[in-house]
Amino acid sequence: MTIRVTIERSKCIAAGQCVLKSPDVFDQSEEDGIVILLKENPPDELAESVRTAARLCPAEAIKVHEE
Amino acid sequence: MQRGCPFHPPEPYAQLRKEQPFARVRLWDGTSPYLVTNFDDIKLILSHQDFSAQAINPAYPHVFEGRMAADLADRSFLRLDNPEHDRLRRMVTKEFTVKKVNALRPMIQQNVDRLLENYSKLPQGSDFVEHVAAPLPTEIITYMLGVPYGDHEVFHRATKIQFGTKSTPADVRASIKELFDYLDQLITAKAANPQDDVISRLVQEQLEPGHVDRETLINIIRLLLSAGHQTTQAMTAMGVLTLLQHPDQLALIKADPEMVPHAVEELLRYTTPLHIGARRVALADVDVNGHLVKKGEGVICSTPAANRDEQLFPNPDQFDVTRNASRHVAFGYGIHQCLGQVLARAELQIVYSSVFNRFPKLRLAIPFEQLRFRHEMFVYGVHELPLAWD
Repeated sequence: MTIRVTIERSKCIAAGQCVLKSPDVFDQSEEDGIVILLKENPPDELAESVRTAARLCPAEAIKVHEE
Repeated sequence: MQRGCPFHPPEPYAQLRKEQPFARVRLWDGTSPYLVTNFDDIKLILSHQDFSAQAINPAYPHVFEGRMAADLADRSFLRLDNPEHDRLRRMVTKEFTVKKVNALRPMIQQNVDRLLENYSKLPQGSDFVEHVAAPLPTEIITYMLGVPYGDHEVFHRATKIQFGTKSTPADVRASIKELFDYLDQLITAKAANPQDDVISRLVQEQLEPGHVDRETLINIIRLLLSAGHQTTQAMTAMGVLTLLQHPDQLALIKADPEMVPHAVEELLRYTTPLHIGARRVALADVDVNGHLVKKGEGVICSTPAANRDEQLFPNPDQFDVTRNASRHVAFGYGIHQCLGQVLARAELQIVYSSVFNRFPKLRLAIPFEQLRFRHEMFVYGVHELPLAWD
Protein backbone atom coordinates (compact mmCIF):
# COMPACT_ATOMS: atom_id res chain seq x y z
CA MET A 1 0.00 0.00 0.00
CA THR A 2 1.42 3.38 -0.96
CA ILE A 3 0.99 6.49 1.10
CA ARG A 4 0.53 10.16 0.33
CA VAL A 5 1.64 12.80 2.85
CA THR A 6 0.18 16.25 3.39
CA ILE A 7 1.38 18.89 5.86
CA GLU A 8 -0.15 22.05 7.32
CA ARG A 9 2.73 24.46 7.68
CA SER A 10 0.57 26.99 9.54
CA LYS A 11 0.08 24.49 12.38
CA CYS A 12 3.76 23.45 12.64
CA ILE A 13 5.61 24.48 15.83
CA ALA A 14 9.03 23.21 14.70
CA ALA A 15 9.38 20.59 17.41
CA GLY A 16 11.55 18.62 14.96
CA GLN A 17 10.18 15.15 15.76
CA CYS A 18 9.32 14.40 12.10
CA VAL A 19 12.89 15.13 10.98
CA LEU A 20 14.28 12.90 13.73
CA LYS A 21 11.96 10.03 12.77
CA SER A 22 11.91 10.37 8.99
CA PRO A 23 14.74 12.58 7.73
CA ASP A 24 14.32 11.52 4.08
CA VAL A 25 10.75 12.78 3.99
CA PHE A 26 10.80 15.85 6.26
CA ASP A 27 13.14 18.79 6.63
CA GLN A 28 12.97 22.14 8.44
CA SER A 29 13.21 25.59 6.87
CA GLU A 30 16.41 27.44 7.74
CA GLU A 31 14.40 30.63 8.03
CA ASP A 32 11.98 29.56 10.78
CA GLY A 33 12.38 25.82 11.41
CA ILE A 34 8.94 25.08 9.93
CA VAL A 35 8.44 21.71 8.25
CA ILE A 36 9.30 21.13 4.61
CA LEU A 37 7.89 18.07 2.86
CA LEU A 38 10.59 16.45 0.74
CA LYS A 39 8.56 13.52 -0.61
CA GLU A 40 4.81 13.67 -1.07
CA ASN A 41 4.71 9.99 -2.06
CA PRO A 42 7.42 8.30 -0.03
CA PRO A 43 8.45 4.78 -1.05
CA ASP A 44 7.07 1.84 0.93
CA GLU A 45 10.23 1.33 2.95
CA LEU A 46 9.81 4.80 4.48
CA ALA A 47 6.08 4.49 5.15
CA GLU A 48 6.38 3.26 8.73
CA SER A 49 8.74 6.07 9.74
CA VAL A 50 6.34 8.60 8.19
CA ARG A 51 3.39 7.17 10.13
CA THR A 52 5.46 7.44 13.31
CA ALA A 53 6.34 11.05 12.49
CA ALA A 54 2.66 11.87 11.98
CA ARG A 55 1.73 10.18 15.27
CA LEU A 56 4.42 12.08 17.20
CA CYS A 57 3.78 15.52 15.73
CA PRO A 58 2.59 17.59 18.72
CA ALA A 59 0.79 20.07 16.47
CA GLU A 60 -0.93 17.32 14.45
CA ALA A 61 0.29 19.02 11.29
CA ILE A 62 1.08 15.84 9.31
CA LYS A 63 -1.55 13.68 7.64
CA VAL A 64 -0.83 10.30 6.08
CA HIS A 65 -3.32 9.16 3.44
CA GLU A 66 -3.29 5.42 2.81
CA GLU A 67 -4.01 4.92 -0.90
CA MET B 1 1.08 14.24 46.65
CA GLN B 2 4.02 12.34 48.08
CA ARG B 3 5.95 9.73 46.17
CA GLY B 4 6.40 6.28 47.70
CA CYS B 5 9.43 5.28 45.63
CA PRO B 6 11.65 8.10 44.31
CA PHE B 7 11.51 6.63 40.79
CA HIS B 8 7.73 6.46 40.56
CA PRO B 9 5.01 9.12 40.50
CA PRO B 10 2.82 9.29 43.64
CA GLU B 11 0.93 6.02 44.02
CA PRO B 12 -2.61 7.47 43.97
CA TYR B 13 -2.12 8.52 40.33
CA ALA B 14 -2.56 4.99 38.97
CA GLN B 15 -5.73 4.48 41.00
CA LEU B 16 -7.12 7.86 39.97
CA ARG B 17 -6.52 7.05 36.31
CA LYS B 18 -8.68 3.95 36.67
CA GLU B 19 -11.40 5.31 38.94
CA GLN B 20 -11.40 9.08 38.59
CA PRO B 21 -9.52 10.28 35.51
CA PHE B 22 -10.85 13.79 36.26
CA ALA B 23 -10.29 14.14 40.01
CA ARG B 24 -10.83 17.33 41.97
CA VAL B 25 -7.72 18.37 43.87
CA ARG B 26 -7.52 21.04 46.53
CA LEU B 27 -4.65 23.51 46.00
CA TRP B 28 -2.86 25.71 48.55
CA ASP B 29 -5.04 28.73 47.62
CA GLY B 30 -8.35 26.92 48.16
CA THR B 31 -9.12 26.39 44.47
CA SER B 32 -9.98 22.89 43.24
CA PRO B 33 -9.12 22.24 39.60
CA TYR B 34 -9.19 18.84 37.93
CA LEU B 35 -6.16 16.58 38.06
CA VAL B 36 -6.11 14.61 34.79
CA THR B 37 -4.11 11.36 34.73
CA ASN B 38 -5.11 9.58 31.52
CA PHE B 39 -2.86 9.77 28.43
CA ASP B 40 -5.62 10.26 25.83
CA ASP B 41 -7.40 12.95 27.86
CA ILE B 42 -4.16 14.84 28.43
CA LYS B 43 -3.29 14.68 24.74
CA LEU B 44 -6.69 16.03 23.79
CA ILE B 45 -6.56 18.89 26.32
CA LEU B 46 -3.03 19.97 25.45
CA SER B 47 -3.78 20.06 21.71
CA HIS B 48 -7.21 21.74 22.04
CA GLN B 49 -7.51 25.44 21.18
CA ASP B 50 -10.20 25.96 23.83
CA PHE B 51 -7.75 25.12 26.60
CA SER B 52 -5.69 28.21 27.38
CA ALA B 53 -2.18 28.34 28.87
CA GLN B 54 -2.55 31.95 30.04
CA ALA B 55 -1.68 32.27 33.71
CA ILE B 56 -3.50 35.60 33.99
CA ASN B 57 -6.84 33.82 33.61
CA PRO B 58 -8.39 33.78 37.13
CA ALA B 59 -9.18 30.07 36.81
CA TYR B 60 -5.59 29.09 35.91
CA PRO B 61 -4.38 26.54 38.51
CA HIS B 62 -1.44 27.91 40.46
CA VAL B 63 0.33 24.92 41.94
CA PHE B 64 2.19 26.85 44.63
CA GLU B 65 2.60 30.45 45.63
CA GLY B 66 6.10 31.12 44.31
CA ARG B 67 5.27 29.53 40.97
CA MET B 68 2.21 31.76 40.71
CA ALA B 69 4.46 34.83 40.86
CA ALA B 70 6.75 33.33 38.20
CA ASP B 71 3.87 32.34 35.90
CA LEU B 72 2.17 35.73 36.23
CA ALA B 73 5.43 37.54 35.45
CA ASP B 74 6.08 35.40 32.36
CA ARG B 75 5.48 37.41 29.18
CA SER B 76 7.01 34.83 26.83
CA PHE B 77 5.04 32.63 24.44
CA LEU B 78 5.00 29.86 27.05
CA ARG B 79 1.99 31.51 28.67
CA LEU B 80 0.30 32.74 25.45
CA ASP B 81 -2.33 31.23 23.19
CA ASN B 82 -2.49 31.43 19.42
CA PRO B 83 -2.10 33.31 17.17
CA GLU B 84 0.38 35.33 19.28
CA HIS B 85 2.09 32.19 20.58
CA ASP B 86 3.12 30.96 17.14
CA ARG B 87 4.19 34.42 15.98
CA LEU B 88 6.63 34.80 18.89
CA ARG B 89 7.79 31.18 19.03
CA ARG B 90 8.70 31.30 15.34
CA MET B 91 11.23 34.04 16.12
CA VAL B 92 13.43 31.41 17.80
CA THR B 93 12.48 28.06 16.26
CA LYS B 94 15.21 28.25 13.61
CA GLU B 95 17.82 28.14 16.38
CA PHE B 96 16.71 24.69 17.61
CA THR B 97 16.23 22.70 14.40
CA VAL B 98 17.65 19.22 13.90
CA LYS B 99 20.27 20.62 11.53
CA LYS B 100 21.37 23.34 13.95
CA VAL B 101 21.60 20.92 16.86
CA ASN B 102 23.53 18.37 14.82
CA ALA B 103 26.04 21.09 14.02
CA LEU B 104 26.40 21.74 17.76
CA ARG B 105 27.12 18.11 18.63
CA PRO B 106 30.93 18.40 18.46
CA MET B 107 30.78 21.43 20.77
CA ILE B 108 28.51 19.54 23.20
CA GLN B 109 30.87 16.53 23.13
CA GLN B 110 33.87 18.78 23.88
CA ASN B 111 32.07 20.32 26.83
CA VAL B 112 31.04 16.92 28.18
CA ASP B 113 34.60 15.57 27.79
CA ARG B 114 36.07 18.55 29.60
CA LEU B 115 33.54 18.34 32.46
CA LEU B 116 34.19 14.60 32.86
CA GLU B 117 37.95 15.14 32.73
CA ASN B 118 37.70 17.73 35.51
CA TYR B 119 35.35 15.48 37.47
CA SER B 120 37.81 12.56 37.25
CA LYS B 121 40.41 14.67 39.07
CA LEU B 122 38.12 15.30 42.05
CA PRO B 123 37.99 13.03 45.09
CA GLN B 124 35.82 9.91 44.86
CA GLY B 125 32.31 10.69 46.02
CA SER B 126 32.23 14.18 44.51
CA ASP B 127 28.82 15.45 43.52
CA PHE B 128 27.95 14.67 39.89
CA VAL B 129 25.12 17.23 39.92
CA GLU B 130 27.34 20.14 40.94
CA HIS B 131 30.28 19.26 38.71
CA VAL B 132 28.70 17.78 35.58
CA ALA B 133 24.88 17.77 35.37
CA ALA B 134 24.37 21.42 36.38
CA PRO B 135 27.16 23.12 34.39
CA LEU B 136 26.52 21.18 31.16
CA PRO B 137 23.21 22.73 30.02
CA THR B 138 24.41 26.11 31.27
CA GLU B 139 27.51 25.96 29.11
CA ILE B 140 25.56 24.90 26.02
CA ILE B 141 22.76 27.46 26.22
CA THR B 142 25.04 30.35 27.20
CA TYR B 143 27.24 29.51 24.21
CA MET B 144 24.22 29.48 21.86
CA LEU B 145 22.69 32.67 23.23
CA GLY B 146 25.99 34.52 23.50
CA VAL B 147 25.79 35.08 27.27
CA PRO B 148 29.33 35.35 28.67
CA TYR B 149 29.86 32.16 30.69
CA GLY B 150 31.37 34.15 33.55
CA ASP B 151 27.95 35.73 34.09
CA HIS B 152 26.13 32.42 34.46
CA GLU B 153 25.88 32.78 38.24
CA VAL B 154 23.21 35.47 37.73
CA PHE B 155 20.68 33.15 36.17
CA HIS B 156 21.82 30.00 37.95
CA ARG B 157 20.70 31.75 41.13
CA ALA B 158 17.56 33.07 39.43
CA THR B 159 16.32 29.68 38.20
CA LYS B 160 16.97 28.12 41.60
CA ILE B 161 14.70 30.68 43.25
CA GLN B 162 12.08 30.74 40.51
CA PHE B 163 11.69 26.96 40.39
CA GLY B 164 11.71 26.32 44.14
CA THR B 165 8.34 25.58 45.73
CA LYS B 166 9.50 27.15 49.00
CA SER B 167 10.40 30.52 47.43
CA THR B 168 8.17 33.40 48.48
CA PRO B 169 6.49 35.57 45.84
CA ALA B 170 8.77 38.45 46.92
CA ASP B 171 11.89 36.28 46.37
CA VAL B 172 10.63 35.29 42.94
CA ARG B 173 9.79 38.83 41.88
CA ALA B 174 13.18 40.17 43.06
CA SER B 175 14.97 37.38 41.24
CA ILE B 176 13.05 37.97 38.01
CA LYS B 177 13.91 41.68 38.27
CA GLU B 178 17.62 40.90 38.67
CA LEU B 179 17.67 38.67 35.62
CA PHE B 180 15.54 41.14 33.66
CA ASP B 181 17.99 43.98 34.33
CA TYR B 182 20.94 41.80 33.42
CA LEU B 183 19.39 40.79 30.07
CA ASP B 184 18.38 44.39 29.37
CA GLN B 185 22.05 45.40 29.59
CA LEU B 186 23.13 42.41 27.53
CA ILE B 187 20.72 43.37 24.72
CA THR B 188 22.20 46.87 24.67
CA ALA B 189 25.69 45.37 24.42
CA LYS B 190 24.66 43.01 21.59
CA ALA B 191 22.98 45.85 19.67
CA ALA B 192 26.20 47.85 19.82
CA ASN B 193 28.42 44.90 19.00
CA PRO B 194 26.48 42.07 17.27
CA GLN B 195 28.06 38.61 17.20
CA ASP B 196 27.19 35.21 15.75
CA ASP B 197 24.72 34.22 18.46
CA VAL B 198 20.98 33.90 19.15
CA ILE B 199 20.59 37.14 21.12
CA SER B 200 22.39 39.20 18.45
CA ARG B 201 20.15 37.72 15.74
CA LEU B 202 17.00 38.41 17.80
CA VAL B 203 18.09 42.00 18.33
CA GLN B 204 18.88 42.57 14.65
CA GLU B 205 16.05 40.59 13.04
CA GLN B 206 13.19 41.08 15.51
CA LEU B 207 13.78 43.94 17.95
CA GLU B 208 15.27 46.55 15.64
CA PRO B 209 12.65 46.16 12.84
CA GLY B 210 9.91 46.39 15.52
CA HIS B 211 8.51 42.82 15.34
CA VAL B 212 8.85 42.48 19.10
CA ASP B 213 9.09 44.97 21.96
CA ARG B 214 12.04 44.97 24.33
CA GLU B 215 10.15 43.61 27.34
CA THR B 216 8.74 40.65 25.41
CA LEU B 217 12.16 39.91 23.93
CA ILE B 218 13.73 39.86 27.39
CA ASN B 219 11.00 37.45 28.48
CA ILE B 220 11.72 35.16 25.53
CA ILE B 221 15.46 35.14 26.28
CA ARG B 222 14.69 34.51 29.95
CA LEU B 223 12.61 31.50 28.91
CA LEU B 224 15.40 30.13 26.70
CA LEU B 225 17.92 30.51 29.51
CA SER B 226 15.88 28.93 32.27
CA ALA B 227 13.72 26.31 30.51
CA GLY B 228 16.52 24.00 29.47
CA HIS B 229 18.54 24.47 32.58
CA GLN B 230 16.95 22.66 35.53
CA THR B 231 15.19 20.14 33.31
CA THR B 232 18.31 18.92 31.49
CA GLN B 233 20.27 18.98 34.73
CA ALA B 234 17.60 16.82 36.36
CA MET B 235 17.48 14.38 33.45
CA THR B 236 21.28 14.10 33.31
CA ALA B 237 21.56 13.15 36.98
CA MET B 238 18.37 11.07 37.20
CA GLY B 239 19.28 9.25 33.98
CA VAL B 240 22.69 8.23 35.32
CA LEU B 241 21.13 7.20 38.64
CA THR B 242 18.34 5.21 36.97
CA LEU B 243 20.85 3.32 34.81
CA LEU B 244 23.09 2.62 37.82
CA GLN B 245 20.11 1.20 39.70
CA HIS B 246 19.17 -1.02 36.71
CA PRO B 247 22.47 -2.73 35.80
CA ASP B 248 20.79 -5.12 33.36
CA GLN B 249 19.47 -2.15 31.35
CA LEU B 250 22.81 -0.36 31.57
CA ALA B 251 24.51 -3.49 30.20
CA LEU B 252 22.19 -3.39 27.16
CA ILE B 253 23.21 0.12 26.16
CA LYS B 254 26.87 -0.53 26.90
CA ALA B 255 26.72 -3.52 24.56
CA ASP B 256 25.01 -1.52 21.83
CA PRO B 257 25.69 2.23 21.81
CA GLU B 258 23.14 2.58 18.98
CA MET B 259 20.51 1.99 21.64
CA VAL B 260 21.31 5.18 23.52
CA PRO B 261 18.78 7.41 21.69
CA HIS B 262 16.13 4.77 22.37
CA ALA B 263 17.12 4.65 26.05
CA VAL B 264 16.92 8.46 26.28
CA GLU B 265 13.22 8.32 25.30
CA GLU B 266 12.55 5.65 27.92
CA LEU B 267 14.41 7.70 30.55
CA LEU B 268 12.32 10.75 29.65
CA ARG B 269 9.13 8.71 29.96
CA TYR B 270 10.21 7.07 33.21
CA THR B 271 11.55 10.22 34.90
CA THR B 272 9.44 13.12 33.50
CA PRO B 273 11.21 15.85 35.48
CA LEU B 274 8.39 18.40 35.03
CA HIS B 275 6.48 16.39 37.60
CA ILE B 276 3.77 18.94 38.33
CA GLY B 277 2.40 18.68 34.81
CA ALA B 278 0.83 21.24 32.46
CA ARG B 279 -1.84 23.68 33.66
CA ARG B 280 -4.70 24.91 31.46
CA VAL B 281 -8.06 26.72 31.67
CA ALA B 282 -11.12 25.83 29.58
CA LEU B 283 -12.27 28.84 27.50
CA ALA B 284 -15.46 27.01 26.46
CA ASP B 285 -17.31 23.84 27.42
CA VAL B 286 -15.23 20.96 26.04
CA ASP B 287 -16.13 17.29 25.80
CA VAL B 288 -12.91 15.45 26.70
CA ASN B 289 -13.49 11.86 25.61
CA GLY B 290 -16.91 11.83 27.26
CA HIS B 291 -16.09 14.04 30.24
CA LEU B 292 -17.49 17.57 30.10
CA VAL B 293 -15.06 20.25 31.25
CA LYS B 294 -17.01 23.47 31.72
CA LYS B 295 -15.89 26.91 30.61
CA GLY B 296 -13.77 28.53 33.34
CA GLU B 297 -12.56 25.24 34.87
CA GLY B 298 -8.85 24.80 35.59
CA VAL B 299 -7.09 21.53 34.78
CA ILE B 300 -3.70 20.10 35.74
CA CYS B 301 -2.53 17.54 33.19
CA SER B 302 -0.21 15.16 35.01
CA THR B 303 2.32 14.27 32.36
CA PRO B 304 4.16 11.86 34.73
CA ALA B 305 0.86 9.99 35.18
CA ALA B 306 0.24 9.94 31.41
CA ASN B 307 3.69 8.47 30.92
CA ARG B 308 2.69 5.56 33.19
CA ASP B 309 -0.61 4.88 31.39
CA GLU B 310 -0.65 1.11 30.80
CA GLN B 311 -2.91 1.54 27.74
CA LEU B 312 0.10 2.97 25.97
CA PHE B 313 3.03 1.59 27.89
CA PRO B 314 2.54 -2.01 29.06
CA ASN B 315 4.09 -2.66 32.50
CA PRO B 316 4.47 1.11 32.82
CA ASP B 317 6.43 1.07 36.08
CA GLN B 318 9.12 -1.12 34.60
CA PHE B 319 12.19 0.66 33.26
CA ASP B 320 12.90 -1.01 29.93
CA VAL B 321 15.28 0.59 27.42
CA THR B 322 14.09 -1.77 24.68
CA ARG B 323 10.49 -0.54 24.73
CA ASN B 324 9.15 1.99 22.25
CA ALA B 325 8.66 5.00 24.51
CA SER B 326 8.64 7.67 21.82
CA ARG B 327 5.03 8.74 22.43
CA HIS B 328 5.83 9.94 25.96
CA VAL B 329 4.70 13.45 26.89
CA ALA B 330 7.72 14.42 29.02
CA PHE B 331 8.19 17.39 26.65
CA GLY B 332 4.46 18.15 26.78
CA TYR B 333 2.10 18.04 23.83
CA GLY B 334 0.34 20.52 21.55
CA ILE B 335 1.65 23.93 20.55
CA HIS B 336 3.66 24.36 23.76
CA GLN B 337 5.68 21.16 23.39
CA CYS B 338 9.29 21.84 24.33
CA LEU B 339 11.11 24.10 21.90
CA GLY B 340 14.51 22.76 22.95
CA GLN B 341 13.70 19.04 22.79
CA VAL B 342 16.10 18.26 19.92
CA LEU B 343 18.89 19.96 21.85
CA ALA B 344 17.94 18.20 25.09
CA ARG B 345 17.99 14.82 23.34
CA ALA B 346 21.44 15.52 21.89
CA GLU B 347 22.85 16.62 25.26
CA LEU B 348 21.43 13.56 27.04
CA GLN B 349 22.57 11.08 24.37
CA ILE B 350 26.09 12.49 24.48
CA VAL B 351 26.37 12.71 28.25
CA TYR B 352 25.04 9.19 28.99
CA SER B 353 27.28 7.61 26.32
CA SER B 354 30.32 9.52 27.49
CA VAL B 355 29.96 9.07 31.23
CA PHE B 356 29.70 5.26 31.12
CA ASN B 357 32.51 5.05 28.56
CA ARG B 358 34.79 7.20 30.59
CA PHE B 359 33.94 5.58 33.96
CA PRO B 360 33.22 1.85 33.40
CA LYS B 361 33.11 1.20 37.15
CA LEU B 362 30.80 4.12 37.95
CA ARG B 363 28.64 3.58 41.04
CA LEU B 364 26.84 5.39 43.83
CA ALA B 365 29.22 6.56 46.56
CA ILE B 366 26.54 6.59 49.28
CA PRO B 367 23.60 4.28 50.01
CA PHE B 368 20.61 4.96 47.75
CA GLU B 369 18.44 5.67 50.81
CA GLN B 370 20.59 8.70 51.67
CA LEU B 371 19.92 10.50 48.38
CA ARG B 372 17.73 13.59 48.66
CA PHE B 373 15.12 13.93 45.92
CA ARG B 374 13.64 17.21 44.73
CA HIS B 375 10.07 16.59 45.93
CA GLU B 376 9.63 20.25 46.83
CA MET B 377 10.89 21.69 43.54
CA PHE B 378 8.98 22.52 40.35
CA VAL B 379 11.48 20.33 38.48
CA TYR B 380 12.00 16.89 40.00
CA GLY B 381 15.39 15.17 40.27
CA VAL B 382 18.07 14.53 42.84
CA HIS B 383 19.73 17.31 44.86
CA GLU B 384 23.17 15.69 44.98
CA LEU B 385 24.55 12.58 43.31
CA PRO B 386 27.86 11.48 44.89
CA LEU B 387 29.53 8.93 42.60
CA ALA B 388 32.66 6.78 42.74
CA TRP B 389 34.55 5.53 39.70
CA ASP B 390 37.94 4.04 40.66
